[in-house]
Amino acid sequence: MTNELTNIVQVVMPHFEGYVYPNEATQQPLWGILIVLYPYITGLVAGAFIMASLVRVFNVKALEPVYRLSMLTAFAFLLCAPLPLLFHLGHPERCFEVMMTPHLTSPMAIFGFVYAWYLMAVLLLELWFDYRRDFVGWSESTSGFKGILYRLFTVGVTDVSEPAVQLDHKIGHILSVVGIPSAFLLHGYVGFIFGSVKANPWWGNALMPIIFIMSAMVSGIALCVFNYMVLSWIRRKTVDMKCLDVMGMYLFYALVMDTAIEGLDWIHRIYSAEEGFRVIQYMARVKLFYTLSLGQVAFGTLVPLILLGVLQLVRRRVPELQRRRMYFSSAMLILVGVLAMRWNVVIGGQLFSKSLRGIMSYKMEFAGLEGWFMGVVLLCLPFVILTVFVKLFLSEHDQR
Amino acid sequence: MNKPVSRRSLLGKIGAAVAGVLAAPAAKAAKAVVQRVLVTAEAPKGYDPTQHKWVMAIDANRCIGCGFCAEACKKENHVPEGPYFRTWVERYIITKPKPGSSAARGETLVDCPNGGINGYPEAPVPKEDIQHSFFVPKLCNLCQHSPCTQVCPVGATFDAPDGAVLIDPTYCIGCGFCIQACPYGCRFLSPVTKTAEKCTLCYHRITRGLKPACVEVCPTQARIFGDLKHPVPDDPIQQFYQNNLVEALKPHLGTEPRVFYAGIDKEVR
Repeated sequence: MTNELTNIVQVVMPHFEGYVYPNEATQQPLWGILIVLYPYITGLVAGAFIMASLVRVFNVKALEPVYRLSMLTAFAFLLCAPLPLLFHLGHPERCFEVMMTPHLTSPMAIFGFVYAWYLMAVLLLELWFDYRRDFVGWSESTSGFKGILYRLFTVGVTDVSEPAVQLDHKIGHILSVVGIPSAFLLHGYVGFIFGSVKANPWWGNALMPIIFIMSAMVSGIALCVFNYMVLSWIRRKTVDMKCLDVMGMYLFYALVMDTAIEGLDWIHRIYSAEEGFRVIQYMARVKLFYTLSLGQVAFGTLVPLILLGVLQLVRRRVPELQRRRMYFSSAMLILVGVLAMRWNVVIGGQLFSKSLRGIMSYKMEFAGLEGWFMGVVLLCLPFVILTVFVKLFLSEHDQR
Repeated sequence: MNKPVSRRSLLGKIGAAVAGVLAAPAAKAAKAVVQRVLVTAEAPKGYDPTQHKWVMAIDANRCIGCGFCAEACKKENHVPEGPYFRTWVERYIITKPKPGSSAARGETLVDCPNGGINGYPEAPVPKEDIQHSFFVPKLCNLCQHSPCTQVCPVGATFDAPDGAVLIDPTYCIGCGFCIQACPYGCRFLSPVTKTAEKCTLCYHRITRGLKPACVEVCPTQARIFGDLKHPVPDDPIQQFYQNNLVEALKPHLGTEPRVFYAGIDKEVR
C-alpha cells in the first residue's frame, strides 16, 4: 500500500510477493497508464453522446442548454481516444494493419472499424447537420481566418431554406437514433477487450461490457455537468438550474444502475468464489485499497450517490448555491471515481500472477510513455481541443 | 413484365451464392498459402508444414531441476537478458501439515529464480517438514484452442499446420494482447524487437530434423519431443503416452493444451 504512495516521489524497485511466472516479473505491467486512459476517454465519449441524445432522441427539452456542449465534448474526446492505444504499441507504425488485415476473431481488431464508424458516420455527420445552418450564417457574418474556416465547413452547401433545414433536422434525428447503439457498441466493445480474456479471473467476465457501458454513461454525464458549470463560470453566465437539476437526475439514476451492476458482479464473485477468488480478495482488500475501496467505492460512488440522492428527495429545500456545489462536487468525485475504476480494472488485473500465487507491484514513473506526465498530458489534450471547439462553435448567445 | 426482371435478379442471387461458396475455400487456400510462406520463413526450402505434427511432453518424474533447458533456450534463441523466458523450470515444495491441523497437506511453495538457470536456493523449510518436492518444466502449451492466436488483432501469431504456434515478428504490432490472453505466462514483449515472443519449439532446428535445444540438452529425458505424423520405431513420445496417465495445465479454461505432463500435482498451474 505504501508503495503506491512512495512511487510518486521516489524510485521503488519492483518487488513480488509469492510466486509469479518469470515472464510476469517485469518492472512494469504490460499495460500501463495509457491503457487506463483509453477506456476512460472512450467512456467519456460514449457517455457525453448519450447525454446529447437525451435531447435529440428522447426530447428532454430541459437539457437543451447542454446539447451542443455535450456533442462537442464527445467529439473532442473521441479525437483523443485512440491516442493512448496508439502510443502504447510496440510498433505504432504498423497500426494500420489492424484495419487493413484485421484478424476477425480478435476483440481488438474491430476497434478501428467501430471507431471509424462512430467518428465518421455518427459524430461528424451529426455535428455537421446540426451546424450546417450556423456555418452558412457565420461564414457570411465573419471575416478573416475564422470566416474562411466556416466557409470550408459549409462544404459549399449554402441552402438554408426551410425544407433544407427541416431535412437537416430529420437526418440529425436519424443519426442520433443510430448513434445510441453505436455509442453502446463503441464502449461495450472496449469492455469486451477485457471481458474476453479468460486467462485473467479479474477480467474474464460476461458482465464486463455492461459494466463499462454503465460507468461510461455515468462518467460522460458527469463530464457534461463539469464542463457546463466550468464554462458558465468562465463566461460569467448563470447556470440554468432546471437543466442542471435534470442532468443531476439522470446522473443519479445512471449511477444507481452502475452501482447495482457492479455490485452484482462482486456478489457473484464472492458467492461463487472460484479458483482465482483468493487472490482477487487480497487485491481488493490490500493492494487496491486506495483506488478501489476509497477511490472507486467510497468517494467515487457512495458519496455522490448520497449527495445526488438527497437532492432527488429534498431538492426544493436546498438553496441554489448549495445545489450547484453539490452537483459540481458529485460530478468531480464521479469523474475521479470512474478513472479509479479503469485503473482498478486495467492495473489491478495485472498486479497478480496468472499462476494465482503471487502479487506484483507497480512503480509508475514520472517521465516516459507510461509515466505520470504523459498521462496528465493525454487527459488535458481533449480539454484543449474542446476549448478550441467551444471558441469556434459555441458562442455565448448561442449556448443552447 | 416483371418476370424476366425477377428471373434475372434470381439468377444474380444464385450467382452471388455460388461465388460465395466458391470463394470460401479459395480464401481458406489463400490463408494456407500465406501461413505456409510464414512458416517456411525460418524453415529450410522444401519443408512442408502439413506433413508434420510436432508435439512435446514433460515427464516431471524425471526432471532434476538442473535448468540446462532454460539456459540452452536463452542461448539458442537469443532471448533477451532479464525476466524473459521461452521456457523455465519451476520448483514446487509441498510441506507437511502442521501437527494437529487436521489438514491433508501444508503449504505449497513455488519458486523459479531466473527461470531455474542458476539453480535454486536452499529450501525455505527444513527438510523433515517437506512432504513433496518436484520440478516442473514449462513452455508454450501448444493449445489446440489457443487464446493467444484468437485475440491477435492482425493475425501475426498463428497456429502453424505442423502444431507450432508462431509469431511473425515483421507483422506483430506489439499490442501485448496475446501476452494477456496466454493463461500460462508463456509470452513476453521483447525489449529488443518490441514484439511478442514465445517458444517456437526451436522452429529453425526442428524443420531441419534436429530436436529443440531444451530437449537436446536435457540430461534425464524429462522433455520428450516427437512428430505425431511420423512415428518412428520405439518412438519416445508414443511410449510416453503409452506408459503414463497424463495431465494438462489449467484444463478448465478449455484451451486443450497439446503438451501433456506426467507426474505433476494438482497444485501445478
